[in-house]
Amino acid sequence: MMTPRPILSALRRHKIAAFLIVLEIALAFAIVSNAVYLVMGRLQRMDIHSGIDERDLVTLQISSSGNAGVPSAEADLAALRTIPGVQSASAVNSLPFTNSSWNSDFTKTPGQDATGYPATIYLGSRDLLPTLGVKILAGRGFSSDQYTDLTPATMLSAFFKPTQVIVSKAYAEQLWPGGNAVGKLLYVDKSQGQIVGVMSNIVRPQLSDSGTDPSNFYAVVLPFRVGPDLDASYVLRAAPAARERVLKAAVTKLQAMHPTQTVTKQATLSQMRREYFANDRAMAWLLVSTILALLGVTAIGIVGLASFWVQQRTRQIGVRRALGARRRDILRYFQTENFLLATAGIALGCAAAIGINVWLMAHYAVPRLPIIYLPIGAVALWLLGQLAVLGPALRAARVAPTVAMRAA
Amino acid sequence: MSSQNAYYLQLALRALQRNPVLTTLMVLALAVGIGTCMTTLTVLHVLSGDPLPGRSSDLYYPQIDPRDALSYRPGEEPMGQVTWTDGMNLLEAHRADRQALMTGGSVAVQSTRNGVDPFFEDALYTTAEFFPMFGVPFRYGHAWGAADDSSRARVAVISDALNRRVFGGGDSVGKVLRLNGAAFRVVGVLGDWHPSPHFYDMYVGSYAEPEGVYLPLSTSQDIKMDHNGPVDCWGNGGGGPRPAHTAPCVWLQFWVQLDSPAQVAAYRQFLVNYSAQQKSLGRFQRPPNVRLRSLMQWLSYNQVVPDDVRMQAWLALGFLLVCLVNTVGLLLAKFLRRSGEIGVRRALGASRRAIFMQLLIESGLVGLAGGVLGLLLTLLGLWAVRQQPSDYAKLAHLDPTMLLATFGLALAGSLLAGALPAWRACLIPPALQLKAQ
Repeated sequence: MMTPRPILSALRRHKIAAFLIVLEIALAFAIVSNAVYLVMGRLQRMDIHSGIDERDLVTLQISSSGNAGVPSAEADLAALRTIPGVQSASAVNSLPFTNSSWNSDFTKTPGQDATGYPATIYLGSRDLLPTLGVKILAGRGFSSDQYTDLTPATMLSAFFKPTQVIVSKAYAEQLWPGGNAVGKLLYVDKSQGQIVGVMSNIVRPQLSDSGTDPSNFYAVVLPFRVGPDLDASYVLRAAPAARERVLKAAVTKLQAMHPTQTVTKQATLSQMRREYFANDRAMAWLLVSTILALLGVTAIGIVGLASFWVQQRTRQIGVRRALGARRRDILRYFQTENFLLATAGIALGCAAAIGINVWLMAHYAVPRLPIIYLPIGAVALWLLGQLAVLGPALRAARVAPTVAMRAA
Repeated sequence: MSSQNAYYLQLALRALQRNPVLTTLMVLALAVGIGTCMTTLTVLHVLSGDPLPGRSSDLYYPQIDPRDALSYRPGEEPMGQVTWTDGMNLLEAHRADRQALMTGGSVAVQSTRNGVDPFFEDALYTTAEFFPMFGVPFRYGHAWGAADDSSRARVAVISDALNRRVFGGGDSVGKVLRLNGAAFRVVGVLGDWHPSPHFYDMYVGSYAEPEGVYLPLSTSQDIKMDHNGPVDCWGNGGGGPRPAHTAPCVWLQFWVQLDSPAQVAAYRQFLVNYSAQQKSLGRFQRPPNVRLRSLMQWLSYNQVVPDDVRMQAWLALGFLLVCLVNTVGLLLAKFLRRSGEIGVRRALGASRRAIFMQLLIESGLVGLAGGVLGLLLTLLGLWAVRQQPSDYAKLAHLDPTMLLATFGLALAGSLLAGALPAWRACLIPPALQLKAQ
């Protein structure tokens, strides 16, 4: 076992160089641990479970303005259902991964002083939930006679005078933690709705910065039918292999039905997901390449200074070898030296990493750095240090004992 | 440069050539640090720019709070947009030097040219003073007038790009443009109009391209054109592409030009009085809650520069710091390796100052090389940014300021990084080194 004492006294004679290595490792540690954490956050966000069967879904939208009047959603959907491969079809006011949504504050008691709980409102038609693949977990779905048409004209008078509401599991859990939401009442001002069912979680169109934020799943469904006059789209369910063909056929069909109108949007949900997270993906790549470059630069620094030390101490190494030190001892010496420097750097870096994280939390939507990142980062930098010092240390170990005599 | 410095330059070049691998690594590390840093700083610089230099200080964005009392918290920010009713009231009050009400939309353009299919184009529905207030340049024709607003005239101003696409360029004033099946007379073609950020309507994307079509707001409502952008409602209001004018929903942006501080104070008071009056009428339920932010304040309040871009800049600065510490370390190793040579020079009478200068020139050379390579990497980095999907990506270009900054950073960085090792090396005592040899 190598005792650190001789190493420390040797380092005392190279204060500046030793300090530089410690500083570089500390900076690398602090930056890399935070950057890795940011990458993980992005990956988590990109990996969010939407709660709908994305791989089976395609969507398209037809413009509402035109000479021939507004297309009727029911007629369009009936036509779309006849396309071979379409398993089910529905209208929908907004979909995940679109950044456009209808939101409202619901309250648990009537009146204007009550606390509002924001949620996204999903509307569509009778087949909306089965088409998306959202399941009723408790209570029941809407029966078809409960649906009414929502149009721009009835918007003001009819909106939220439903008798029934379906809420997502996460929203039910937020409003009545641990309780049963079915049968409870929800209000918008004085209008009241009764919860008839709790559905599996469906993600809101606008995601928060954190992929684990439960509010990403605060959603309610109301028994309204919407159409293109309220900017609704159509969503079709088909087998993943057939969806491209189905989408093309659906566009052709709608275009044929409404020659003066334009199909303004057509995409598979997988495509929409990819595009929605394009910025996150780019940021993750940027972070990863910076992390790699930073580690590379740190390694270069260690190699450079270690080589310098080996060269400077050639005579000293020769003397030690002549006095009986084995090659392994010389190798061990430089490895232990690097380990000590890395440890000092990591200790300093831990403080800096936490400092950076606190600063990021204050200025940006970044959560607290989990403590687990510190030991992982420490191991990574110890390994990096050992790997970088290996070359120079091996060169040192090859110094022949005779060097001690020759150099003099 | 004195002959002595020229000699040091020669020495430095020779010294750098002696250890090409180490020199290359140093230059590379510095270049990568500078390249990363300048790429992100350039993006930050471009994005935080003033969209209307010289004009922005007189432009203000009034905000009022028309919501009901539900979930009211004192001190809360008022809404970011205005309702139709309030927008029209404020517009018609004419209390500012200029004012305009606007909202984004999208229209189907049918070209009369052969081979051009109908297509959708982003539009802005606004009022006459939009153009003089923002100093929008015209290539041909002019803006529409207040009379066109009140008569819901079928007139349009189009962008240069749309003019080329639909009419093949040239003076198209007076030509007919078919939008959503209706005929519009072109009264103006815009010149170079690319305010960045897209400050007047940030809800369509902070760095969105300017729209192709500008129509009177009244006309757009007359023929029921689709609205683009968020509709925030309260009470029993509901959204949709064409919000009802009576709906408790905000979906329009209102801008004013106020030429003097006295005007600004007076306008703020006017907003308070207006809110109080609307409350006494029963339309508003909250106490008056107004803001009157200047253009640049409005941009910073909306955090128009994406957080990602700011974080990237910080990350790159941290990276550059690591690269600089690394350069300090490598230069130190390089200089101290030459202890023997330095000792001899000191013994032969070179002053510490002379040694210091010589080594500083050497590190300056490394900095210069790192700067040139860093500049190339910056150009490469900006090219990579332009391939990104974000709407600001296409703006990432190097301007002369940032070009100079790159070189300044490289030189300052490497001189700073060279100073410590050079100082350490010039402390080498002459006698001891001679003995050791």
